[in-house]
Amino acid sequence: MQQSMDFPGGRVALTSKMKFIFESSEQRIPCYRVLDDDGYPISSSGFEQVSREIAVKMYSGMVTLRNMDTIFYEAQRQGRISFYVTSFGEEAIGVASAAALSPDDIVLPQYREPGVLLWRGFTLQEFAHQCFGNKADYGKGRQMPIHYGSNKHNYFTISSPIATQLPQAVGVAYSLKMDKKDACVVTYMGDGSTSEGDFHASLNFAAVMEAPVVFICRNNGWAISTPVSEQFRSDGVVVKGQAYGIRSIRIDGNDALAVYTAIRVAREMAISEQRPILVEALTYRVGHHSTSDDSTKYRPIEEIEHWKTAQNPLARFRKWVQRNGWWSDEDESELHENVRKQLLHAIQVAEKTEKPQLSDMFTDVYDQVPSNLSEQERLLRETIKKHPQDYPSDVPI
Amino acid sequence: MLSLICLIISGGHPRGFLANKAYVFGEDVGFGGVFRCTTGLVDRFGKRRVFNTPLCEQGIVGFGIGLAAMGNRAIAEIQFADYIFPAFDQIVNEAAKFRYRSGNQFNCGGLTIRAPYGAVGHGGHYHSQSPEAFFCHVPGIKVVIPRSPRQAKGLLLSCIRDPNPVVFFEPKWLYRLAVEEVPEHDYMLPLSEAEVIREGSDITLVGWGAQLSIMEQASFEAEKDGISCELIDLRTLIPWDKEIVEASVKKTGRLLITHEAPVTAGFGAEISASIVERCFLRIEYPCNGPQCDITRNIFHLSTMHAQTTRNSNR
Repeated sequence: MQQSMDFPGGRVALTSKMKFIFESSEQRIPCYRVLDDDGYPISSSGFEQVSREIAVKMYSGMVTLRNMDTIFYEAQRQGRISFYVTSFGEEAIGVASAAALSPDDIVLPQYREPGVLLWRGFTLQEFAHQCFGNKADYGKGRQMPIHYGSNKHNYFTISSPIATQLPQAVGVAYSLKMDKKDACVVTYMGDGSTSEGDFHASLNFAAVMEAPVVFICRNNGWAISTPVSEQFRSDGVVVKGQAYGIRSIRIDGNDALAVYTAIRVAREMAISEQRPILVEALTYRVGHHSTSDDSTKYRPIEEIEHWKTAQNPLARFRKWVQRNGWWSDEDESELHENVRKQLLHAIQVAEKTEKPQLSDMFTDVYDQVPSNLSEQERLLRETIKKHPQDYPSDVPI
Repeated sequence: MLSLICLIISGGHPRGFLANKAYVFGEDVGFGGVFRCTTGLVDRFGKRRVFNTPLCEQGIVGFGIGLAAMGNRAIAEIQFADYIFPAFDQIVNEAAKFRYRSGNQFNCGGLTIRAPYGAVGHGGHYHSQSPEAFFCHVPGIKVVIPRSPRQAKGLLLSCIRDPNPVVFFEPKWLYRLAVEEVPEHDYMLPLSEAEVIREGSDITLVGWGAQLSIMEQASFEAEKDGISCELIDLRTLIPWDKEIVEASVKKTGRLLITHEAPVTAGFGAEISASIVERCFLRIEYPCNGPQCDITRNIFHLSTMHAQTTRNSNR
């Protein structure tokens, strides 16, 4: 009997043993971790030494994000903004992954990664302007709150449909590859996204095109109310990489140092070897999906509490930073106070800033306003003139 | 004399164009494509500029959006318009809204999606559809359909260079049948401008793509009965040239629109509604929606009869 045979796609060994591949391996893929629950580095983790400056910036970023979420969430509850999404419990993923990147790396986010923008210098005022949809919002008030985007921060504008950014990320990465840039693309998604066709399309395209793109999946256990057990039967997301020929790793998403170290290495491989990398960061969505959701309706409060306290990514990282002598209780309260002041100011300013003008409704659909849209604008203006009481008074005509 | 196939090739890659950050890709594009539209491109521009993609339409368009967002000309091919629907979300929710949602911080204007469409005499409902109306409902993209090889080259070059994403449907019928002299030089035809290709005084006929030759035949027939037809090729379906159609109907007082696509909620209804609104007092006869039974028969007939029906009705 022949030992092996050439098929299209390569040489394959032949066997007389009929054996189905099991649907899962005996052991689940382990999760890379650097800091233990008490914030002590695990000696064998080979983690990248982080400078005091970076470590403090990372920690401050996570604290700032948590404060921003708390205050914007409240602002939504008070009816000052229409909608909000928090990153509670997942702060380490956005902030620490951003810290591991170069500002030239291009980010195609989903919607729960404001930590990346924050790290890159998007100000609290800029966040507030977007959430209030005023004329200082770069998106000209067209999208719901939290749909940030910033060209100068290489952060593509968020779109609501799930996973659509993923195949686009491969196209962006292919462009970087062809232009021989020393940069990669990093794109984010949640566990629910991995069920979308676009997820599979993008992994397959990225592998075939040898595109320098790092896929980061925040597996936080929940897609709105759907638990991962009802999302997929595989060992999470990490195992899907191999089927597409993509190098993959599972990491502890609540361990800022693990995220930082793994993304540094992933980025390096993506660029130097011109290949995609898949990272599954295990975490937990401590907050509700959004302000339109009440997650206590479908999951136990004790579970939320456990992740909020015992597995708090801020608390764990703080222990490490503080033990290094880089952070103190005074720093902590000073930061909280500063950030809260800045946020309240930012909200006041954003609230007082004028809404985008009416004509912004019709621009940017195309590079120039075509005649059909001009006609519609004219008709709308006539109607407003006739029935001004039926239209918002705070929109400049 | 060039067939439409050849002209698409020259339209896709006049010298120096691909060198300027342009990419051509899609299923089977590398070897020249199932309609041979990209024959020879790989040899000239290399496998990194002209390449096969995995068989996945949403991947092709999503990838193209990303490529275009980086300032490239992304020329994506969907093998048949019938198979464009997996990419519908990427076209409607992503490409079309990319600029708008970002406040013009980002755009994917360099994206052109080419897809062979329409009846070809066989192929039935998975190789002959005319899905243009689905896309005409979407602000943010342009939809362009050429009627002839010469038009196709000029319009395609305009689409590729237009700073907005465009869906470019190529009538398959023309791949095989149309023969026309196509200039070799680089030229562009304007988008959103219809063209009066035959002047007349009694009735205005509006169509696009392969319909134009059928309508032209019909106007010759009508002429024998003393009816003078004004024939308009819409060329760009969105944003479309209302003014030229309006001016014509104000002159003739009658309008007939035909398309290969299904009648209900077809783009003909849109034209009809707009023109009634603009020319209400001038219309002498109710606007005909797409009433061209010839093409509707072709659309619904079995593959065996389609071509003969078309011929016998011409």
